[in-house]
Amino acid sequence: MTARASREAAVVVRVKIPSPLRSYTGAAEVAVAVPVLAPELPPTVGGVLAALDGAYPGIRFRIIDEQRQLRPHIKLFVGGMLTRDLAMPLTSESEVMIVAALSGG
Amino acid sequence: MTRTKVAARPAPARRIRLLIATRKGLWTLTSDVARNGWKLAGPQFLGHIVHHAVPDPRDGRTWLAAARTGHLGPTVFRSVDSGRTWKEATRPPAFAEAGGRVVNHTFWLTPGHASEPGVWYSGTSPQGLFRSADAGATWEEVAGFNAHPQRKAWCGGDQDGTPDGPKMHSILIDPRDRAHMYIGMSGGGVFESVDAGADWRPLNKGVRADFFPGPPPEYGHDPHCVRFAGANPDRLYQQNHCGIYRIDRPSDTWQDIGATMPKSVGDVGFPMAVHPRDPDSLWVLPMDGTSVWPRTAPGGRPAVYRSRDGGKTWKRQDQGLPRSQAWWTVKRQAMTTDTRDPMGLYFGTTSGEIWGSRDEGRSFRCLARHLPHIFALEAWC
Repeated sequence: MTARASREAAVVVRVKIPSPLRSYTGAAEVAVAVPVLAPELPPTVGGVLAALDGAYPGIRFRIIDEQRQLRPHIKLFVGGMLTRDLAMPLTSESEVMIVAALSGG
Repeated sequence: MTRTKVAARPAPARRIRLLIATRKGLWTLTSDVARNGWKLAGPQFLGHIVHHAVPDPRDGRTWLAAARTGHLGPTVFRSVDSGRTWKEATRPPAFAEAGGRVVNHTFWLTPGHASEPGVWYSGTSPQGLFRSADAGATWEEVAGFNAHPQRKAWCGGDQDGTPDGPKMHSILIDPRDRAHMYIGMSGGGVFESVDAGADWRPLNKGVRADFFPGPPPEYGHDPHCVRFAGANPDRLYQQNHCGIYRIDRPSDTWQDIGATMPKSVGDVGFPMAVHPRDPDSLWVLPMDGTSVWPRTAPGGRPAVYRSRDGGKTWKRQDQGLPRSQAWWTVKRQAMTTDTRDPMGLYFGTTSGEIWGSRDEGRSFRCLARHLPHIFALEAWC
């Protein structure tokens, strides 16, 4: 997956979607456009989730809570690295993967 | 508020549909007109933890279901065609970001007053009260409770309360006055508002709280289930962690009506059901509250206990239920009635069985089995 700048000052990011969230996307992988407000303000993980919610309403609140924290059994990987930092900047090569981790029976 | 009784007539002989909310999804169980044959349908939302699914008596076709999954955050699904199709709320119940609290799950759903079509209330874990004015599409905090300066003292911390998280439940709207409401909280107690939720006051006098030292406090109690008496919203019953109680308003003191239960059975339980037309008739389903609190049918012999005199006396009803080795647990939302005459009484167990009576508890039979852990049962006629 790669991210690239679009003509509308946005970065298009491809996001891998776990099965519990595919009722929203209908696909295991989607592309979302994340606005770039200024060259010095790169898109962030949080921006990807906001863009995802714009395309698939309701999906963000299933992933992060009202205090902007990742829900306990959701994990995010950016470029294969685990992160819980929604402010983490993305580069043009970033890959975002949402994982629904272990949550009991 | 006008203190009058509420007329209640039996529903005509129609099929009954039970909405079965479980730890793994939503099922329905629909009877024939005689309530003899039952047909199970579902699942919907397979794998979702559905805490409550409730039909709207005001329009007969709107259903709301409170759901989350092990991974995903809480939401509310809405159907306007009696469960055939569903849409998710665009703004589910959620606390204000400034407060630092997080809704773990929506636990309870209550349709609003008959004069306010589209209004619903929900109670969450941890304790929060929410209101929707658009049939569950969007939800707003009821700030009069959620931001009340005493809220933290009333409820304790968000980590306190029942093992599955502290809960707001038993949201009751006075059918004569939409501004008059009651709520139950585990923990916290019963609270009353006379101004549509703008302010609240505790209503727990007379209720034991054996888990606190000293005399019972003003709040901090553990009501498990609170119901209006049928056709008389000036009377409420509650099954509490510490007994069974009745209150007749405007009194502010609950009367202990569990003391007359057989000592070998006790007065502990979770659900409570009331007769839709007889304010003196109610049912409890006792659970073992001895030693380490197994919370199973006492002695492995399940029964409901009916009172026909407002809790002065109780009669065991167990015809048709297993006579031994049935270690059932029935949760607070998992016993309900229909409005037919004679009334039907239904309950669901955490081991996935639905039992029903079409003669007001005189005899029971198993209507469905092999379902997941049942959280809630609601009947629709």
